[in-house]
Amino acid sequence: MKGLAHSTGSGQAGDISVRNAGISFLTSDRVVEAVRDISVEFSPGSFTTLLGPSGCGKSSLLGAIAGFVSLTQGQILVDQRPVNRPDGSRGVVFQHHNLFPWKTVRGNVEFGLKMRGIRKAERQRLVDEILDRVKLSAFQQSYPGHLSGGMQQRVNLARVLVNRPTVMMLDEPFAALDAQTRLQMQEMLLELWNGLKMTIVFVTHDVDEAILLSDRVLVMSRRPGRIRADFEVPLARPRTAEQLTSAEFNRLKKYCLELLREESIAGESASEEGVTSLPNLELTPSAADG
Amino acid sequence: MANALVSRSSTLPTLENQVRSARLRNKRFVVPAVIRCFSLLTCIALWYLASTNKWNLIVNFENVPSPTAVCQAAVQLINSPKFQSHLLSSIARVFSGFGCAAVLAIAIGLGVGRSKLLSDLLMPPLELLRPIPAVAWIPLAVLMFPNPEESMVYITFVGAFYPILLNTIHGVSSVDSNLIFASLTLGANRVRVFSDVIVPAALPAIVTGLSIGMGNSWFSLVTAEMVAGQFGIGYYTWESYTLQKYPNIVLGMIAIGLLGMLSSLLIQRIAWAFMPWAKLGANR
Repeated sequence: MKGLAHSTGSGQAGDISVRNAGISFLTSDRVVEAVRDISVEFSPGSFTTLLGPSGCGKSSLLGAIAGFVSLTQGQILVDQRPVNRPDGSRGVVFQHHNLFPWKTVRGNVEFGLKMRGIRKAERQRLVDEILDRVKLSAFQQSYPGHLSGGMQQRVNLARVLVNRPTVMMLDEPFAALDAQTRLQMQEMLLELWNGLKMTIVFVTHDVDEAILLSDRVLVMSRRPGRIRADFEVPLARPRTAEQLTSAEFNRLKKYCLELLREESIAGESASEEGVTSLPNLELTPSAADG
Repeated sequence: MANALVSRSSTLPTLENQVRSARLRNKRFVVPAVIRCFSLLTCIALWYLASTNKWNLIVNFENVPSPTAVCQAAVQLINSPKFQSHLLSSIARVFSGFGCAAVLAIAIGLGVGRSKLLSDLLMPPLELLRPIPAVAWIPLAVLMFPNPEESMVYITFVGAFYPILLNTIHGVSSVDSNLIFASLTLGANRVRVFSDVIVPAALPAIVTGLSIGMGNSWFSLVTAEMVAGQFGIGYYTWESYTLQKYPNIVLGMIAIGLLGMLSSLLIQRIAWAFMPWAKLGANR
């Protein structure tokens, strides 16, 4: 549970407040409303998953919190400061294809520290430490092109975590991996989170993954994305693969699948722009103010 | 333990294994090599037959020197200082013209690829001049520059400039935006995004531009030397024609081919030194 060197210490950083956020994109011929009027709070150190069908705007919301997707409405505050551009305090792990192919594993992980002007000896120490945590010390001189998908995502995690971000966002990070590797990566992510305690916002369309990993799950509607349900996951930690078969897990899974099925049925009958009149099926009252 | 024993015994250099691996090697390397040599030798043999028998079909081989005549001329030339000075002056021209083109085209390409303003400012005249082949510049270049030396370097420059420019622009403007987002969320500012992400990401495209540019600059130079030169391998080749030293024409041609090949190889080697990741990828 030893923290990395330059921990912020307070333990309170990483508070995210999304207020009436709306995101629209201009495509070649029309305006697509990705996210409509979402208000939600993420408390410091929590693990929250955005669960929803493909193209429901969950990645857009993630991008807005990171700061590289701009809001067309509303505001996002992280630690009381409005987000308007990306910075090193909010790290993002994408699904794939975003390691620097021209840098070795070590060079990739070192990148953020270099950008912040950390001195070489210190960089070396921090990189060694995080590479050890993700079990990649032996591959530090390899180029990403020579690593398996699972190893690449471990580099990705290390590259973000070495900066000790207060918020880490993951956009379907394990979707391209085989089942066995995915399970290992999920376990490693929980371990890392447990040690470093940043706020995690995790995006997935995989119900099992959402329930197994998070404290809280937000189920999103089809586009324009809004929050359909918001519930806590009462499973004990540390989470293990055995819990995948517990009664409580299955109850939550059934509930999520039900919600997602309604979304897809609604999607077939509703127009592209609106999913407006669905019954509210919240399981437990939401902690959020939305 | 048992496994270790089995695997060891299977790699023992038994006679059978040796024979099998020798056969495999034959199939993989030796046979294709023999076929390739055969193909080359057949071509040389045909050249020999055509030139010694003075075939005159559609193509007239009456004045084409035979391989043996070319070899004799080569032996004479190899130690001749005159031939070496021709080679050296061509190499110097290519290096100065190509060097200037590389520096300028990469600098402009990096700017134009990232900035709309620079693109609007610089590209219209460059686009207007682009369809004009470097060789078409020869007469005007001779008039524009104080001596033929500089005009030939200029022709070489023009030949190399556009492929490098266009590939650099393409490389810079097609950088994966995910890499840029990733670097921003890792704390990079605009300057660092440019120097640490965009430039290295564009490097493979720039190298492609450089190698095409190198080929073009040799092509342009040889033509310029034939028209306007006093030294150089292109001039030498043309001079051999006017002096009716026909074997030397072929020697000049071979020298031009070799120089072009060697300079491409040089670029490739330098590029690999700068891009070890690309070399590893290529070898897989």
